[in-house]
Amino acid sequence: MHYVSQILPSLISGTGMTLSIFFWTIIIAIPLGILVGLGMTTKFKPLTWLINIYVWLMRGTPLLLQLIFVFYGLPIIGVVFQRYDAALFAFILNYTAYFAEIFRGGLQAIPEGQYESARVLRLTKWQTLRKIVIPQVVKIVLPSIGNEVINLVKDSSLVYVIGLGDLLRAGNVAMARDVTLVPMLLVGVIYLLLTAVCTVVLKRMEKHYSFWR
Amino acid sequence: MLELKGITKKFGGKTILDNINLTVTDGKILTIVGPSGAGKTTLLRCISGLASVDSGQFLLDGKAFDPASNRDNDAVIGVVFQDYQLFPNLTVRQNVTLAPTMVLKQSAKDANEEAERLLKQLDLGDKADLFPYELSGGQKQRVAIVRALAMHPKLLCYDEPTSALDPDLRREVQQIIVKLRDEGITQIVVTHDIPFAEAIADQMLRVEPKN
Repeated sequence: MHYVSQILPSLISGTGMTLSIFFWTIIIAIPLGILVGLGMTTKFKPLTWLINIYVWLMRGTPLLLQLIFVFYGLPIIGVVFQRYDAALFAFILNYTAYFAEIFRGGLQAIPEGQYESARVLRLTKWQTLRKIVIPQVVKIVLPSIGNEVINLVKDSSLVYVIGLGDLLRAGNVAMARDVTLVPMLLVGVIYLLLTAVCTVVLKRMEKHYSFWR
Repeated sequence: MLELKGITKKFGGKTILDNINLTVTDGKILTIVGPSGAGKTTLLRCISGLASVDSGQFLLDGKAFDPASNRDNDAVIGVVFQDYQLFPNLTVRQNVTLAPTMVLKQSAKDANEEAERLLKQLDLGDKADLFPYELSGGQKQRVAIVRALAMHPKLLCYDEPTSALDPDLRREVQQIIVKLRDEGITQIVVTHDIPFAEAIADQMLRVEPKN
């Protein structure tokens, strides 16, 4: 117990980094994902083509590699990020691609008839999107978004590769120093707590949207 | 009064509508009948502006108009779709009042009062707070009619209104259409149900498949 209270402060400070990456990625990547997802459903070919290449790159290479490229690679062409900014940039780029694919699927699940119905009622495109399409898409995509959100909690541990001190790294340091698995056990428990909170929040949101079918 | 002059519509190289001429008199019911594939629904889609025409002209009260771009004038054509296409995320009341408040800029109070009145008229007075999934097929159709009526259309179009209904409900929608005519609403009904068409029609247009 004494040992636990000794290493807990460093683990909690690591958790702070994990949460910071997590929240900022969610807050920025979800709205961006909606926009990019909308872009994928337009009839303007050059745009969909460009987005498809972007999504292919982001989903086709490991996030770890992307982190390395953003932090160590981009300076070669003169773009220098601080460690934290580099991590956030890579995470947002990567997660936006996944979210965009999910939103594209959701958008395409809305029957053409809903758009036509809105059109004969003379609603504008924006009104149709806001009042009819987006609410239906949100309900459809919520379970898949939930999956990604939980993945993100754990993926955030990849930031160690560019030298940021997150939860896993804090555990790793303690383990190497004290030659015991206890810190890693604690790390596991903290990750479980974090994902449990996410699960509960997501379930609540799904329930919130269950008033219509 | 709506007039169609020489309306022609092609898909690829195939002519679906060939030089259609017709006049819909105010306050009357026009039925468009014909076998599947004859272009009935396509004609309805052209009239309601959901499909463009390749040639021909639409005249509303003697003035040329383009249904496909009638957003900003008040030459409104209401449509009741075959599968209704109610908005599942909105209550019956919200389905009805959405366009009047957002497009016609009615106040929420006015829109609600009118929705209330129209819903009562079609026997849906107690359904205003339900969601579409909680309604039967016939009720959904009536909500779709109310939703279209709330926009004060000069013309109300129906695509196959009886296709999903059993005989009792078929009689019911027949009564509704006739009642609306008696109130002065001009209606176009596309159907392959000839007895139904004959029962309600003031005018009838037969379309045949083109080869």
